[in-house]
Amino acid sequence: MESVVKRLGVWALVLLAAIAAIALTPDSGFAIHMGIVALVAVILIAVTATSYDPMAKAQGIFKMPPGPSRYDDDVIRWGVIATMFWGLAGLLAGVFIAAQLAFPQLNFEPYLNFGRVRPLHTSAVIFAFGGNALLATSFYVVQRTCRTTLAFPGMARFVFWGYQLFIVLAATGYLLGISQGKEYAEPEWYVDLWLTVVWLCYLAVFVGTLLRRHEPHIYVANWFYLAFIVTIAMLHVVNNLAMPVSLLGGKSYSAFAGVQDALTQWWYGHNAVGFFLTAGFLAMMYYFVPKQAGRPVYSYRLSIIHFWSLIFLYIWAGPHHLHYTALPDWAQTLGMVFSVMLWMPSWGGMINGLMTLNGAWDKVRTDPIIRMMVLALAFYGMSTFEGPMLSIKAVNSLSHYTDWTIGHVHSGALGWNGMITFACVYYLVPRLWQKERLYSLRMINWHFWLATLGIVFYASSMWVAGITQGLMWREYGSDGYLVNSFVDTVAALHPMYILRAVGGLMYLSGAIIMAYNVWMTIAGKQRVEAPMGDTAHDEANDRPIVAQPAE
Amino acid sequence: MTLYTALRHFADSYGLAVIVALYLTLCLWHFRPGASPHVAAAKQSIFKDDEDGQ
Repeated sequence: MESVVKRLGVWALVLLAAIAAIALTPDSGFAIHMGIVALVAVILIAVTATSYDPMAKAQGIFKMPPGPSRYDDDVIRWGVIATMFWGLAGLLAGVFIAAQLAFPQLNFEPYLNFGRVRPLHTSAVIFAFGGNALLATSFYVVQRTCRTTLAFPGMARFVFWGYQLFIVLAATGYLLGISQGKEYAEPEWYVDLWLTVVWLCYLAVFVGTLLRRHEPHIYVANWFYLAFIVTIAMLHVVNNLAMPVSLLGGKSYSAFAGVQDALTQWWYGHNAVGFFLTAGFLAMMYYFVPKQAGRPVYSYRLSIIHFWSLIFLYIWAGPHHLHYTALPDWAQTLGMVFSVMLWMPSWGGMINGLMTLNGAWDKVRTDPIIRMMVLALAFYGMSTFEGPMLSIKAVNSLSHYTDWTIGHVHSGALGWNGMITFACVYYLVPRLWQKERLYSLRMINWHFWLATLGIVFYASSMWVAGITQGLMWREYGSDGYLVNSFVDTVAALHPMYILRAVGGLMYLSGAIIMAYNVWMTIAGKQRVEAPMGDTAHDEANDRPIVAQPAE
Repeated sequence: MTLYTALRHFADSYGLAVIVALYLTLCLWHFRPGASPHVAAAKQSIFKDDEDGQ
């Protein structure tokens, strides 16, 4: 009882502070954010004060298995649902802004213009979709490989729900125009502080679980997860060092200025790619690919070389985002050289993942989840070749600021991160909800082909668009003047922008099919369908030809 | 000598040597004599109990 009163007091204090902030701030966006905080506090007060348990109700809606299983899977189930939800939201935002680029009339001012929805899209797919997938799979993998339950169950739940609050504050902030203008680090100072708290709790839960393991060795997937958590904490804190103008407003100014700020930003930005979108998802690869294939990873030693090479090389590659800028030339060259060197460990890792299927390649035909994993690895290989190539200064002088970069990012994000996440969700859902199998394997096949074709449309149209743009921008006439104005290039790219939107729409359609499949699996249904890769057998013809004696 | 120059000299000499040595040690650690059974056990460890804890 005493603890209930204490908790009520804390939530009431949060509520009062939020109301005071709403009353005192001159900044309307900040007031709305404090309104969201106040709403969360009211919900928590209602939950604490009454015996009403909204979680039990919500768990009923999503048909979560009751009672404690051997592992602490409740928060993982929530993570899987959040992954699906934010994935659909982020992909939808992406299709919308792709359509805006082709048809500018779709820019609804001010809340839904391109400049505000674009960070909503990038944060929703990277941090909401990818982040929830990483949260869910890391909690799943660390428990299984350490043969123990989560170290701080209450804190693990706080990490999940706190992270959702971060996503909501970030997303609404972009639409309201609250942004510190740093790519992939747009949330303002108070949201950054909240994420720091959540992230340190995440680190505590993960390390705590590792410490209470019942296995002598920490499996390599956990190394990748730990590198992801630790490095993101460091990157986030350093890049977001800023001084707020007022404690009652959203605006802040960065602690760095000029080229130092740019270098800090791209040290952050590229390592967010390296440690969020690469190391974290490689952790999924090193656990779920061997599990789904039923074979151990091709070479455990290669996985360790892969790990240390990524750690030691990635952190230096950021300056390649600042070629031909005010950044000192040696720093640009350093970034380029390290980016090129990164190609080798990346392909080592890709080969390691693909060769895991050695002797089980038939599964690519019969198991659509394996097929997705193979495609993910193929795109990992492709984008980790394209990236080093684009970082070479001569290539970058053509490709930088063009749509080629966007194509590269999406072959990595849709092909590698998206496909490996879908495969892991397909792997997890029947196990987490204790179902015999998924609702439909053939729907995974549909999802696979829609997504693959979508990526092909997307990447190839952006290659053409980027090279067209780059060549048009640098074209000189005999009089020494530039031939094309910027708007000429925009007109030239219009068909490519439409093709890109079509590709995105196909990818989104695949994800919608997946959401239906996952929903029906959770509902406990099984679609009646012909199994995949079933070879027809004709009993009547299965006999030798008997020689007929001549008459 | 400014702080920048001092740090730069350190980074280009001892710092670089330490980082390279650390990297090689960490990569080659699992190739040390007698490591094979440990590596093999770690590789197979995810299949030890295969019912996914359900």
